[in-house]
Formats: sequence, C-alpha cells, structure tokens
Amino acid sequence: MGEVKESDIKEPALVEIADGVKKIPGVNAILGPLNAIVNWGRAGSIWPMTFGLACCAIEMMDAGASTNDLDRFGIIFRASPRQADCMIVAGTLTKKMSPLLRRVYDQMPEPRYVLAMGSCACSGGVFNSYAVTQGVDTIVPVDVYVPGCPPRPAALMQGLIKLQEKILQEQFRWSQWR
Amino acid sequence: MESMEIAGKVRDRFQEEVLDICDFHGQVGIIVKREKIVDILRWLRDSPDTKMNHLMDLCGVDNKKRQGENLLRYEVVYNLYSIPLRHLIRIRAQVPEDDASIDTVTTLWCGADWHERECYDLMGISFDGHPDLRRILLPEDWVGHPLRKEYPLRGREEWSGLEKLQHKVVELQQFGAGDGIMRTGTKKLQAKGGKKS
Repeated sequence: MGEVKESDIKEPALVEIADGVKKIPGVNAILGPLNAIVNWGRAGSIWPMTFGLACCAIEMMDAGASTNDLDRFGIIFRASPRQADCMIVAGTLTKKMSPLLRRVYDQMPEPRYVLAMGSCACSGGVFNSYAVTQGVDTIVPVDVYVPGCPPRPAALMQGLIKLQEKILQEQFRWSQWR
Repeated sequence: MESMEIAGKVRDRFQEEVLDICDFHGQVGIIVKREKIVDILRWLRDSPDTKMNHLMDLCGVDNKKRQGENLLRYEVVYNLYSIPLRHLIRIRAQVPEDDASIDTVTTLWCGADWHERECYDLMGISFDGHPDLRRILLPEDWVGHPLRKEYPLRGREEWSGLEKLQHKVVELQQFGAGDGIMRTGTKKLQAKGGKKS
C-alpha cells in the first residue's frame, strides 16, 4: 500500500442529467435548484388520465401501445383522476358529458394539465350543433391543443413533448391551498 | 319469400290499413295507418308464412320535406327480419302532426323499449302504453326534439345544464385555474368572473 498523493484524489465529476439538474456518480444524490429538480421530475412522469370519448381514443391507445410506446417518456395511463397529472381529452365532448368532464378535472390534484386532442376537443370540429360543446376550453383550462381528425400517434407524442417543455419552464408552481 | 310477396299478403290481410306499397331497388316498404300497427306486426311475427321474429330497427322520420300523397307529417319505420326464413320487410306507419303518438310494440318485442325512447327523445313521437317513456340520449331537462325539421341546427337556447356548468367554471376560476387557456361562455360571464391567472 503506497502513500496516497494529493494529486490522485479526484473531485467527484458531476453529470448533468437534465437542464440544471446534476447527479453525483456513485452517490445517491442529485444537485440543482429546487425548481429545476421538481420540474424535471414532473416532466418525466406525466401520468395522464384517459378521457377517451370518440375515435381519437383509438389513436391515443395506439400511442400507448408498443410501436410508439409512451411509457418511455414516463407517461403511464391512469384510470383514476386522483392519480393523474394530465387529462387527455380525446374526442367529441357532448354537452351532456361536459359536467362529468369538469367533475373529473376537479378531482385531479394540482398541478394538473389538460391536453385537448383532436379537432372536436379543440373547437367542436365539424359538429357545430346543438349537442356538442364547442371546445373543451369552455369547460376546463387547456394547456396543449393537438389538431387533427384524428391526430396520429406521432402528433399526440408531439403534444406531450410540448407539455413537457411547458412544465420545464414553470417557476415555483406549488400546490395551492384549497 | 320475396318482400313484394309479403307486402301482397299484408295488403290482403289488412286491406283497410295498407295505404300504399312502395318499391325502391328491391327494398319494399308498406305504408300503413297507425291505428292497427300492433295487430299488423303481431300477425307478421306469428304467421307461419312470415315468422318475422326479429325487429331489426325502429326509427322515426319527419316527412315535412318529402313528396307523397299518403304521407303524414311523421312516420315510424319498423324493419322486420325473419331469422328462420331469412326475409325482410319494412313497415312505415303514418303519424299525424297534431297527435304525434302511436301504440307501443314493446308488448311484441321487449327490445323495442329503447328504440321507442330514442324515437320519442329525438322526434317527439310518444308511444302509448310504453312502460318507461323517458329521454334516452339527451339530458332529461332538454327542451325540444332535435331531429324535427323545424329544430335549428344549433338549438334555440342553450341547455340549462351547460349554463349552470359555465357559471360554476367562472366561480372556480378564483381558486386558480393553472395557466391553461380558457374561453368561458359569454362576455357577461367573463366580466363577472374572478381573477384570471
């Protein structure tokens, strides 16, 4: 066992795993501003509440299936609003369904996001009629609009990536007292 | 049996009731009066020649913009099929505008229940003797029957349930609505609403 020289001791190299979030190799610790760490965690684990209402739901299921595989973004579908961060409104929202959509949204814990998928959810689409709500943004606040009729799975993934970008730019969005 | 042959049999059996028989590309429809519709359908179901044991569909039609001397304002269409004999026929019962009602056929096919409720909901034809004639698709406090020709595409007024919901949405905005985009109802509602985040 030789003498340990001062020059042999190396500083632990920090590895940047996300913008502003650093990890110390071999040590169970991450470094960075709290804001960056929280946003990084949230953006990497969007658990959407599925609100499949029409044909868009088929594309949403396809986006979750193995070819496109939303799981690799940390996006895992939840069947309960209380476990969800994001609601994907996929399809035509009728007026009769609107109070139920709002109720499900109200049951989601903060922070919560809404992704309107497809023309019908964005604006009512071709169904400018007595029975269809003209856009879910009249009922709940919408963060990302994904146009298309229906949008392909790649478009939905693009929408979710946009949502991740939005989450990463948030400044101290903590849960509010209710 | 060919549909035309069935139609001939129905005309022979119910001479007073059958108004006309129409044929369009092999699809035969029998236009009948509404009074004895249950008897006609029961006979078609139970007669050994026809055995129409399957009510494929029951729906309502608004004849307002349709040409035809035997047509009244509404009609109820029964599409019948015989599973053992594999033939089909269409019965069109005429319903006047001033008394939009017809006897129920839930006594013959209990599956007609929801079809008749749908027809009542969207077309406003009431079915006498129906066990549970409520709206089935639209909310129960809806005003009007949307598939009638005089009903405007976007309705005359907003459904009260949606207005209530929009008031609630504006009320809830004061608790913070995230930074998503929100378009709530009318300008009057927006002016009344709490702070926007």
